[in-house]
Amino acid sequence: MSLASFLKARLIPAKLDEQINRIRKPIGSLGYDPWGFNNETFKYGFSLTKPIYEKYFRTESHGVEHVPAEGPVLIVGNHSGQLPIDGILVGYAIASREKNPRIPRAMIERFFPTVPWLGNLLNEVGAALGDPVNCARMLANNEAIIVFPEGVRGSGKLYRDRYKLQRFGNGFMHLAMKYNAAIVPVGIVGCEETIPAIANIKPLAKALGVPYAPVAMPLILPAKVHLNFGPPMYFEGGDISEEQVNERVEQVKAEVNRLINKGLTERKGLF
Amino acid sequence: MTVPKNTQPKPQILITGAAGATAQRVIDRLRETCDLVAVDARIQVPLGDEIPSYCIDFNHRSFEDLFRRYQFDGVIHLGRIRSSQLTRMRRYNANVLGTQKLLDLSHKYGIKRIVVLSTFHVYGAMAYNPALIDESAPMKSAGLSADLIDSVELENLANLYLWRFPELNITILRPCNIVGPSVQNTMGRLLASHRAPVLAGFSPMMQFMHIDDMADAIVLAYNKPVRGIFNVASQDWVAYQRALELSGCKRIPVPSVPPVLPRLILRTLRLQSFPAYLMEFFKYPVVIDGQAFAKEFGFQPKRPLKEIFRFYRDNKRPL
Repeated sequence: MSLASFLKARLIPAKLDEQINRIRKPIGSLGYDPWGFNNETFKYGFSLTKPIYEKYFRTESHGVEHVPAEGPVLIVGNHSGQLPIDGILVGYAIASREKNPRIPRAMIERFFPTVPWLGNLLNEVGAALGDPVNCARMLANNEAIIVFPEGVRGSGKLYRDRYKLQRFGNGFMHLAMKYNAAIVPVGIVGCEETIPAIANIKPLAKALGVPYAPVAMPLILPAKVHLNFGPPMYFEGGDISEEQVNERVEQVKAEVNRLINKGLTERKGLF
Repeated sequence: MTVPKNTQPKPQILITGAAGATAQRVIDRLRETCDLVAVDARIQVPLGDEIPSYCIDFNHRSFEDLFRRYQFDGVIHLGRIRSSQLTRMRRYNANVLGTQKLLDLSHKYGIKRIVVLSTFHVYGAMAYNPALIDESAPMKSAGLSADLIDSVELENLANLYLWRFPELNITILRPCNIVGPSVQNTMGRLLASHRAPVLAGFSPMMQFMHIDDMADAIVLAYNKPVRGIFNVASQDWVAYQRALELSGCKRIPVPSVPPVLPRLILRTLRLQSFPAYLMEFFKYPVVIDGQAFAKEFGFQPKRPLKEIFRFYRDNKRPL
């Protein structure tokens, strides 16, 4: 038995294999899609994420059924915690739901494709370069996409600014209107406490070509994570002013904020 | 009893780059229905008595004699010199000045249909490329590699003539990697070898088109005079390293960081099948969208990726 088949037998039980294969995906004859998603690698990713989701972060997810079973969807959440752990947990929650699981895609920072191994690995499990063209093409393909409109402003913020939503970009709203995509807001609570950063060494970040260089403990704390998905929001397309787009973005931001507060109220402790 | 002759004259077509594998297949497909004249700047290709074949530099004055001698209806320009061939200056002369001469003569002698074979390399490979690049995307490769400037310039010229002289009915095709039997381009050589270099930690998404499908696409394009620029690619994708695996190639990793290191290594090794100027294409994806061409010309590739890689796995030759 080769190492690959041994690992597959250990990590991917037949039931999981079948479960992932059943999910509709626009892939080619060799299991890849244009953004590099690979059905087989995704199974490993799913299997390895399961204990992280269930045991390490003891994630509690509410309202995941709000993500429509089909059609274009943007899952819009608050970004936090230096690493994209929040995206992984939201993605796993949707891919592992019992009824109508979907494999959501995630938009990643432009820095990742330049990192050897990691860039390809992220692509293979469903992440794609955070480019409006990619997002538009995926929505046209009826995919579900996880978006953090705060970008690095959210993930790189310091612990003292936890759960304070940063400025939302407007790009996601334009795309949602153009492709008639549902927007499912999600409030993520707990990821702020996984890697609390007390400072950001900007010159070091610049020298390394990374978005930020946090001063933080060199470990990921097992904070308990709460995911609260809200009902889908729909915004009609049409030629509206940027001011009106801003108002719509603020509506989504307010809903994400409400879901964060719900999670903060519900949680009984950090761990 | 005599068989009545078909009085409808066959269209007369000039095919450039006749020594290339793609041109040979296009000639095979058109020789029954068209009167062909084959030209190549490198060698005179023996194509039998029916097809006159010439070895002429487009920039030479005698090239115009062909237009005087034959009443061409159309031109299929497949004679782009690849970046791995000749020096930059000679490539510029052949690809840019030669193409300009060809287009000028086509205009002068009233050609009604021109198909130009370009390449997806004109888009350029970079980390920020989105997937499914369409024809309106900028051609970034000229700014990324001096060795690809002539390819972009060739396209710019064809574009200029496309809009300035609509009666020429120019169609520019930008195919993905053309591979298959007897293909000698960079990708064909890599897949055919026992061992192929890869940049450690990078396996960009790629698209492959069987040479017979490409020849079909060119013939389809020629037969339907729709002007414009079209990507030619199938709706199927595979990572480079996986393609090598399926083709039975052993992967030889080349250190990829810092970026200057692989460039230095490749410039030192001067491998024709893994040239330094194409390094970024083995690092970042350039995935094109071929749907516009498929829809306009009713094109559907017939040879799946598995069949392409099976051919290479069963027909290995040294690097």
